[in-house]
Amino acid sequence: MNIQIKNGRLVDPKNGIDAQQDLFIASGRVVAVGSAPAGFVADNVIDAAGLVVMPGLIDLSARLREPGYEYKATLESEMEAAVAGGITSLACPPDTDPPLDEPGLVEMLKHRARQLNQAHLYPVGALTHGLKGIELTEMAELTDAGCVAFSQADAPLIDTRVLMRSMQYAATFGYSVWLRAQDSFLAKDGVAHDGEVATRLGLPSIPVCAETIALSTMLQLARETGARLHICRISSAEGVAMVRAAKQQGLSLTCDVSMNHTHLSEMDIGFFDSNCHLVPPLRSLRDREALRAGLLDGTIDAMCSNHSPVDDDAKQLPFAEAEVGATGAELLLPLVLKWAEQAKLPLVEALAKVSSQPARILGLDAGHLAVGVAADVCLFDPECYWKVEPAALKSQGKNTPFLGMELRGKVRYTLVNGQVVYQSA
Amino acid sequence: MNNPQLNKNGELQHLLSTEGLPARILLDILDRAAGFVGGVDSNEIKKVPLLQGKSVFNIFFENSTRTRTTFEIAAKRLSADVVNLNIGSSSTSKGETLLDTVDNLCAMHADMFIVRHSQSGAAHLIARHVAPNIHVINAGDGRHAHPTQALLDMYTIRHYKREFHNLRVAIVGDVLHSRVARSQIHALTTLGVPEVRVIAPKTLLPTDVEKLGVHVYHDMAQGLKDVDVVMMLRLQNERMQGALLPSAQEFFKYYGLTQDKLAQARPDAIVMHPGPMNRGVEIDSSVADGSHSVILPQVTFGIAVRMAVMSLLAER
Repeated sequence: MNIQIKNGRLVDPKNGIDAQQDLFIASGRVVAVGSAPAGFVADNVIDAAGLVVMPGLIDLSARLREPGYEYKATLESEMEAAVAGGITSLACPPDTDPPLDEPGLVEMLKHRARQLNQAHLYPVGALTHGLKGIELTEMAELTDAGCVAFSQADAPLIDTRVLMRSMQYAATFGYSVWLRAQDSFLAKDGVAHDGEVATRLGLPSIPVCAETIALSTMLQLARETGARLHICRISSAEGVAMVRAAKQQGLSLTCDVSMNHTHLSEMDIGFFDSNCHLVPPLRSLRDREALRAGLLDGTIDAMCSNHSPVDDDAKQLPFAEAEVGATGAELLLPLVLKWAEQAKLPLVEALAKVSSQPARILGLDAGHLAVGVAADVCLFDPECYWKVEPAALKSQGKNTPFLGMELRGKVRYTLVNGQVVYQSA
Repeated sequence: MNNPQLNKNGELQHLLSTEGLPARILLDILDRAAGFVGGVDSNEIKKVPLLQGKSVFNIFFENSTRTRTTFEIAAKRLSADVVNLNIGSSSTSKGETLLDTVDNLCAMHADMFIVRHSQSGAAHLIARHVAPNIHVINAGDGRHAHPTQALLDMYTIRHYKREFHNLRVAIVGDVLHSRVARSQIHALTTLGVPEVRVIAPKTLLPTDVEKLGVHVYHDMAQGLKDVDVVMMLRLQNERMQGALLPSAQEFFKYYGLTQDKLAQARPDAIVMHPGPMNRGVEIDSSVADGSHSVILPQVTFGIAVRMAVMSLLAER
């Protein structure tokens, strides 16, 4: 099938393009940008007038809840949500039930995803067996099965010797280790940032030093072992400063932030809004500003949705008992656009945070639209406002702090391997 | 953000916290309570028919004999029908959620819920959930708030000190875990007390507590200097386990209220405690039973204040 996407504003961050250019697709790949190759006859012409044409979004953290948590969401529902959000590749963390610590599980997940024929799925394998932080997983076998990196997700890894050895072992094969920095003793029982709001509401809190102490250990071990370290969901100003300094000293590491933390702070908890019960906790306004500055200067490489659908019953509880997480796949694009607008950042630079940069972290030849690459494309209307409400979301989880808000930017088409997998009026 | 305690006319719909309530509502409650207390020299409280035909449900997810009893007495003096449910923490383990429990009780035609729960925000959750004709009174949620305790404390202070605007008040002890302290601080600052102090070791103070409008002291002698009111907090025994304090003995030595330490306060200072007291841990018996103590009158005023809150809500 030959597709021509015409009259659109092509924004391709990796190739530095922001111009009105047509895109030509054949056999699932980009075959030309600008003018049609000789003899090209389009079977399908998509008129993208008024739309932005960009590489499909790449999300570094989307929980699909399979296997084990199908009552919260299924692969079907969340893949549908992903493509409705313009996401064409996503990495899923290993904290399923059972965790992704066996090659068979990873193969099954990849197989299920392939059958659905929507976004590309890149499982992140468990770093330790059962995410218990005691024994290493078979990382090489898991990589053969399709894992792209190894992580503890939000499970603690208390034993620093196990952490060091897991990083050494991963470094042997050049695998990436993705870690969220949180000291589990300092974070114990905490549900909110240790600051004014937690004090007022009487919520058990997590201090910033829970992040910086763990981060310091991780940076030190990355230097020691040479492991490729990716820091997930950084949350504090001090944490950003440490990552910036480590990068300046030449340590090769990457870092992401969730879209929720880019836009929200502890203040949004209001009167115990359990949709704001997130991991890591929403921190102060000062921290939020530092996260934004970090995104802007490149200290933070990518923004992710940290998509975590939760069923209603699990959120209809007192704040601390409510399950953590927020649905997000369908909000990633509008929230990158919102950040770009507020930061007065050109679209081509902002969209790198959800396309070329996460592709680099994943080591994929994706997230751009050069000739020869798989035609994973997102077409969105940058001027369309829509209201975040349960009926507007494909995700089975309707839980998000942005409920009721008007956001700008609506996906019109999503293509994966040159096939239209999502289309909206 | 809308204050979930007030209806659209700015009247009290639920009592969830003293935070965010205007002084006029706090004073209205205190004035009403005064009407329920007998003559000037009599602490007798009369029975009135203001809640006749209304059903008040005491739902206690956390045990408390004393608070539940005072609410029960208050409701009965208002001629309400009172149902007591001690749900404990076991109901959730039986599979029923908090809101399922509430829905069931609503179906039994409850008019008012008195809620105690171990989790901060539980009363807010219930208040958001119930129909507009049902009122929720927070009888203590986690570390967050205990507004009727704070209001009875304000009543007691006004009873003995007449005015709020010229007072120095010290709150002593485990502020970190105390819903009482948080509610007291908001009530005191709203009513215009110019100087509110908290006195505790650093392990028992929440981060940024000064942002609530208080002055922080770690030393009792300095903190109690020239205060008019000393509000003691209860110290739970389990605080010795989480590495917050070395021992009850050491706590008593440095932060327990003794006659010696009280001598720093003004000669006419009053001493308060929300109960139940740990004698010899946060307060010495000679102070608890001494001439400055107003701890037992607090309990009596508590009934009048709870009657005032219930009757105010019943008018909505």
